[in-house]
Amino acid sequence: MSDKKKKKLTPIQQQYQDFVQKREPKRPVIKNCIYAFLVGGTICLIGQAISAFYIHFFHFDEKSAGDPTVATLVFISVLMTGLGVYDHIAQKAGAGTIIPVTGFANAMASAAIEHRCEGYVLGVGGNMFKLAGSVIVFGVFSAFVIALVKVIVTKYLGGF
Amino acid sequence: MIFFWAFVVGGMICVIGQIMMDVFKLTPAHTTSTLVVIGAILDGFGLYEPLIKFAGAGATVPITSFGNALVHGAMAEANKMGIIGVITGIFEVTSAGISAAIVFGFLASLIFKSKG
Repeated sequence: MSDKKKKKLTPIQQQYQDFVQKREPKRPVIKNCIYAFLVGGTICLIGQAISAFYIHFFHFDEKSAGDPTVATLVFISVLMTGLGVYDHIAQKAGAGTIIPVTGFANAMASAAIEHRCEGYVLGVGGNMFKLAGSVIVFGVFSAFVIALVKVIVTKYLGGF
Repeated sequence: MIFFWAFVVGGMICVIGQIMMDVFKLTPAHTTSTLVVIGAILDGFGLYEPLIKFAGAGATVPITSFGNALVHGAMAEANKMGIIGVITGIFEVTSAGISAAIVFGFLASLIFKSKG
């Protein structure tokens, strides 16, 4: 809780906040990091293997193999989300499953499945980006600003 | 050798995410959004492409590559069409990930039932 919010609380509420902070279990940061490293690394390793597969058998080159690789990983992750396997892995691996593109697919698929009971248009269509939308919004906005600055600097100001 | 570096670099990016979540107490949504912005900034300085050359899928699979790909698409289109290309080209490269996620996610909602 931030200091600004703390000032507004009554003394008893402050006492309670301190009490909560003491009782909150310490997060096992090192253990979590090791899990995240191993699982995240494994997912990237699988991705590398898939892209090697596409380069070898379907004659993609190293650059164009990225797209089918990402699509395949997304497919696997959505399938595992639907079967309920992904969340079990995610509980242990934390960021190891959230940071790779599979986590993005998992967020979308789980939101879609969860809200299906509200109907296909309002439920599935409306909620699909509920969790994953922030990534797209901030990604696109920052990319827009960066690309704009870069274009102006390199094209119109003659570069550095 | 690229398999080894894919594992190490991909794992390290995930560790950075884990530290952001555990030490700085960010939610997963904040963490992924921040990493996407970091990826976009790195590509703005031309630093992400060497990482992809070095680590392969270790750099393309984590969500940071999403920001990188957005900038890349925008820049490629901007070089062809001028400043308007920044808007028209932004999804050019990331299309695979997003459309795959939408299509498969929708199919999953047709097939699977919520367990909660």
